Amino acid sequence: MLLVPCPNCGPRNAGDLSYNGESHARPDPKTCTPEEWRTYLYLRDNPSGWLVENWYCSSGCRKHFKIERHTLTGELRSAILPGSKPGLTKGETK
Amino acid sequence: MSNRLPAGEGEVLDRTQALSFTWNGKKLVGFEGDTIASAIMANGHHVFGRSMKYHRPRGGLTFDFWDPNTTVQVDNEPNVRASHRKLKAGMQVSAQNVWPSLKYDIKAANGLVGRFLTAGFYYKTFMKPAALWPKYEHILAKFAPGGEVDLDTPHGRYDKRYAHPDVVVAGGGPAGLSAAIAAAEAGSSVMLVEHEHHVGGHLLWGSEADRARATDLVAAAAAAGVEILTNSTVTGRYEDNWIAISQRNHPGVVERLIKARAKTLVVAAGTIERPYVFKGNDLPGVMTSGAVRRLINLYGVKPGTQAVVLSANESGDAAIDDLRRAGVSIARVVDALTGERIVAANGSKTRVKEVILDDGAKIKCDLLVTAVGWTTPTSLLNMAGDRPVYDANAARFFPAGAPDNVLATGGMVGDGSIEDLLEHGRATGELAAGRAVVVAHRLQAATARATAVVSPEPNYPADERTPLDRWPHPELFRASTHGIVDYSEDVSSKDLYSAAAEGFDSVELLKRFTTATMGPSQGKLETVNTVAVLAQARGESIADVGTTVWRPPYAPISLGALAGRINEPKRVSVIQPWHEANDATPILAGQWVRPDHYGDAAAEVRNTRENVGIIDVTPLGKLDLQGPDVSKLLSLLYTNKWMQLPIGGVRYGIMCAEDGVVLDDGVTARLGEDHYLMTTTSSGAGTIWNWIEMWLQTERPDWQVHVMPVTTGLTSINIAGPKSRELLSRLTEIDLDPKAFPYMNVRQGTIAGVDDCVTWRIGFTGELSYEIHVPSGHGLATWERLLAEGKDLGVKPFGLEAQRIMRLEKGHFIVGQDTDGLSKAPVTGLDPLLKLDKDDWAGLPEVKWTLESGDHPIIVACQPDDGSIVPEEAAQILRAGTSEIVGRITSSRMSPTLDRSICLAQVAKEFAAAGTSLEVLLVDGHRITATVMEHHAHFDPEGERLRG
Repeated sequence: MLLVPCPNCGPRNAGDLSYNGESHARPDPKTCTPEEWRTYLYLRDNPSGWLVENWYCSSGCRKHFKIERHTLTGELRSAILPGSKPGLTKGETK
Repeated sequence: MSNRLPAGEGEVLDRTQALSFTWNGKKLVGFEGDTIASAIMANGHHVFGRSMKYHRPRGGLTFDFWDPNTTVQVDNEPNVRASHRKLKAGMQVSAQNVWPSLKYDIKAANGLVGRFLTAGFYYKTFMKPAALWPKYEHILAKFAPGGEVDLDTPHGRYDKRYAHPDVVVAGGGPAGLSAAIAAAEAGSSVMLVEHEHHVGGHLLWGSEADRARATDLVAAAAAAGVEILTNSTVTGRYEDNWIAISQRNHPGVVERLIKARAKTLVVAAGTIERPYVFKGNDLPGVMTSGAVRRLINLYGVKPGTQAVVLSANESGDAAIDDLRRAGVSIARVVDALTGERIVAANGSKTRVKEVILDDGAKIKCDLLVTAVGWTTPTSLLNMAGDRPVYDANAARFFPAGAPDNVLATGGMVGDGSIEDLLEHGRATGELAAGRAVVVAHRLQAATARATAVVSPEPNYPADERTPLDRWPHPELFRASTHGIVDYSEDVSSKDLYSAAAEGFDSVELLKRFTTATMGPSQGKLETVNTVAVLAQARGESIADVGTTVWRPPYAPISLGALAGRINEPKRVSVIQPWHEANDATPILAGQWVRPDHYGDAAAEVRNTRENVGIIDVTPLGKLDLQGPDVSKLLSLLYTNKWMQLPIGGVRYGIMCAEDGVVLDDGVTARLGEDHYLMTTTSSGAGTIWNWIEMWLQTERPDWQVHVMPVTTGLTSINIAGPKSRELLSRLTEIDLDPKAFPYMNVRQGTIAGVDDCVTWRIGFTGELSYEIHVPSGHGLATWERLLAEGKDLGVKPFGLEAQRIMRLEKGHFIVGQDTDGLSKAPVTGLDPLLKLDKDDWAGLPEVKWTLESGDHPIIVACQPDDGSIVPEEAAQILRAGTSEIVGRITSSRMSPTLDRSICLAQVAKEFAAAGTSLEVLLVDGHRITATVMEHHAHFDPEGERLRG
């Protein structure tokens, strides 16, 4: 089981957190096309390499945060609480 | 006939404690300390069961945890490892895979039809014609291996433990003990895990000096504070050294799963002796050198009377000494180091009788001992990413490199004297402790709220251990004949050859096709022989063939241990004691235990419609929302408008997920300028709390809203019925005049003497009703006051069932009952609540496109034309006269108010118009007709009662 470094609580068992998947920016609901909205809803890049993803410290401090995970090695880095710094968006790496 | 030897120095028996037990109904006696198998063997029995496929008689092969041939039934428990499980008085032990008896097994005829049970028979035999499969299945079930499961056996007690040791050492032999001691002395907290009953490894069945050494090591480990877990197995190593340990000797539980997060893992699993493959190698009386050494030295059991020993190493030589000492005559030593080989063994059905050597000599015997080399059980290293490499000179695989928080020591990584092994273990333990210090420092530094780390990170210790030697060993895997490779799966080398010839010639394919290595010993005895036979079949080297990847578990673990205790939390309201004292029939709704009814739900409905009823609705999700941006939050999450809700107002809303599907619904009241109380469905309380927090934290972090769940902080009671105003007026000074306190309004005040109560007028039941929210400490008293004050009004409690009937009479849908995971908001038919002119709300685009397309089912009320029939919920609605499904009944009840059946249904748009006749398929196959109603409400569609 991964040890996920919550920026608030520190490293905790992944089972103490909820995994909310790849980080995708939300399109403007007034102007987006169905393709853009459904890409946001359903399509995931699932890269072989570094991935920015959302975690939720559901059994701890209840903070949502983004973290980079290497999908081959499981290595985790750069946990960021939204609001504390500009949030990373899809495709960005630090 | 007894095979028990006189008491020996190193034995683990307590001969003052005789234990009676039965073996296949026969009464036998063993000693405290015996395993089941050693006790049976000591009583002169050497056949333990029959093999799974061919039903060949089998005797003990290794007499340790991994023995594939001594699996038995003990009382109600099937598949017990008799060579591991300690004997207890009164055990009823019986052989498995035998019918009608161990001696006369009818299915042994399989030995004759073995050609039909060839490699991959699982995939080939009995497959065609498909129509005969039920027959085949019936026959195959009789051949299925394993013991008898007693379905009445009570659930055993299992448990879990969480641990955070600095160092876990897997394996309690000399190297593992030495590593554990060194790590503990260096300051680490250490857990040492040994899967046998005693630590010490092969020292335990060695010389007097070896045993003395083991005693010293155990004392040193205890003195250093090592936590020693015996009869426990490290079953898996996962990311970041999350270590699963199955502990079988914890008092009071059958098995305990320890979840240990170790900073470093030391793997000291030793080596496992390989069986030799030749014709007759599964005859009872053929066993490994380790087996005879354990039987003689640990359990005082004489394994035979006349032995042939095939020896390629010091373990074979030591076995010869042990046999001589035990009074077994040595008929012949076959010295593999000088090139001598055996070809085959012959025997009776129950015992080896003679061994044939490669020079043609036939040697009479009743015991054939093989010492042909070692398998490195690299499982835990494999799980860490290591891919072992074969060394032909040493005739075994060695680890090739694991992550630097996983260290291997002992026989797994080389050979040496006891001193060499202890020294390597010591260096490994020190290295593990040094690295654990660095890992601990990093964990502390990564925890923002922990005490700040001021010291610099310690240096990460490099691996400067002196490697162990690798002693040469002849490559001995298979004789010139074919024999059994996997005893527990009954796979022979001939099967492997034919599978390779059929094209399953990669080791991973071969394994899955033949099931070799997939039995209860998890490949510990079979993997290297499988690889060696495949290499022979392919005419290549073992290094070229490679090996399979060992995956968790290291050894089988019970499902009970994985499940742990059954401790699903149970939630109740503070009124629950009253419900129980008043004969409420409980119903489980999620985690909540609620009254379903108090004897007669229909009578509860009638009383509520005529007089007044009260229901405990505490499980209703409640969120206290405060801050200047609450109205914006409500506008973002509900589909309708919230910016103009006045203080004192209550509004109903629907929430959607981002895919437009209905997520939840409920009412929210504005209590003050910046203060709201939101209700959710009972089952949605947790989800919606998370949902709100997610939006506030990720999408709108600049909004100022505090969210506090108050579901159990407030006891909620709905007072419904024409006399509800009169009842409540007797308990409160709040002005209940309908002009001062109209429908869909909220007031705060004192109720039944309790300050700070919230009450609002809503209409889920369709009656005039007041829902009161009382601080939960006063909940039960308020409930009792309502019943006492309303006696003359006919007040009675009603349960969940009556509420469900009344809401159905009123046509209110329930999220998750009348909608499902595909129901987008327009399905509710509540289009006026879907405000497309708002800038943004969760799910807006999908709802807009769904409304534009118009292509969605819709919820309608319908009534069966025969009002005495209540169609089952989820009954299909079909296009008349066809089998085309056009909808389904989502809710149905007999209405006590209308005295007829009523339903809600989801139907395709073309069937939604009032007056449309629907054809409903009942579960019993009959079709009935029902008519779509004009309104969702079957009763009081104008809502005069609830607005009164």
